[in-house]
Amino acid sequence: MNAFSPIPALIGGGLIGLASAVLWLGNGRIAGISGIFGQLLPPAATTALWRAVFLVALVAGTLLAAHLVPGLGVGGPAGRPAALVAAPLWTGVPTPVWLAAAGLLTGIGTRIGNGCTSGHGVCGLARLSLRSLVAVIVFFAVAVVTVAVARVAS
Amino acid sequence: MTNSMRLPYVATAALSGLLFGAGLYVSQMVDPMKVLHFLDFGAIPTDGWDPSLAFVIIAAILVMFGAVRIGRRWRAPLFDGHFFEPDFTGIDARLVAGAALFGLGWGMSGICPGPAIALIAFLPSNLWIFLVALALGSWIGSRFMPRSREKGAGFAAAAAE
Repeated sequence: MNAFSPIPALIGGGLIGLASAVLWLGNGRIAGISGIFGQLLPPAATTALWRAVFLVALVAGTLLAAHLVPGLGVGGPAGRPAALVAAPLWTGVPTPVWLAAAGLLTGIGTRIGNGCTSGHGVCGLARLSLRSLVAVIVFFAVAVVTVAVARVAS
Repeated sequence: MTNSMRLPYVATAALSGLLFGAGLYVSQMVDPMKVLHFLDFGAIPTDGWDPSLAFVIIAAILVMFGAVRIGRRWRAPLFDGHFFEPDFTGIDARLVAGAALFGLGWGMSGICPGPAIALIAFLPSNLWIFLVALALGSWIGSRFMPRSREKGAGFAAAAAE
């Protein structure tokens, strides 16, 4: 089933861009979620306050939007319940183990690669960083191959 | 008091977080299946491919590109002494290996760090497993980072504050 939704995608993307713009022009900080989250862990410095406030506000923003604009898809009073994926049956791996492995890989990878979809994908590409372009090409390519091999989307 | 503890600075972080979270919901990037249907290029011939994620990221890049252009004409951001340009600039094995590991995790789950945190709003089952693993992975990853450079970033920040 094709659920292509270009208008909400453009508006939502615009909001994410605006969020990154606010943090950059206001505080001179890159809105990279893996960095904001990862550097909240010990040894956290004086920057822990704004990082924590950003992440709490992010959850609040998602909740608020789901109530203001209900029924866009997943979440909120009129949406389908949000769900994580189940491990592909053919792997024989229990779902919690599959998700723990995915989370672990995402954590390690975004830390040693210094960024995720937001830091490299949005901020890095907007800054015309060649380093971010390389990261984006690599993580998109590996993700596409992973989905094709694991058949987790079907 | 350091700049990053002052009210306008913290309020800016809050506003940015609110907008970011709203964007993740409106674009439906909080739905792992929507992300996976973008990554599922095998579905292109059968019309099952969902290009929405590309529209999300292109719109976000265009807005941020404008902000970067504006910032270039400023000496400093509004609420701090300087822009925190990323510390690392080279393209090395660590960058490529990190991006590859992240791509693997992303393809397995359809969740990148932003949506993982945004999903706390809806509390799907097993989310905590993913978040704890994400935090643990991030900590493990930090063991592989050169300490001096991470500290350097801290000192640069401290010097500016």
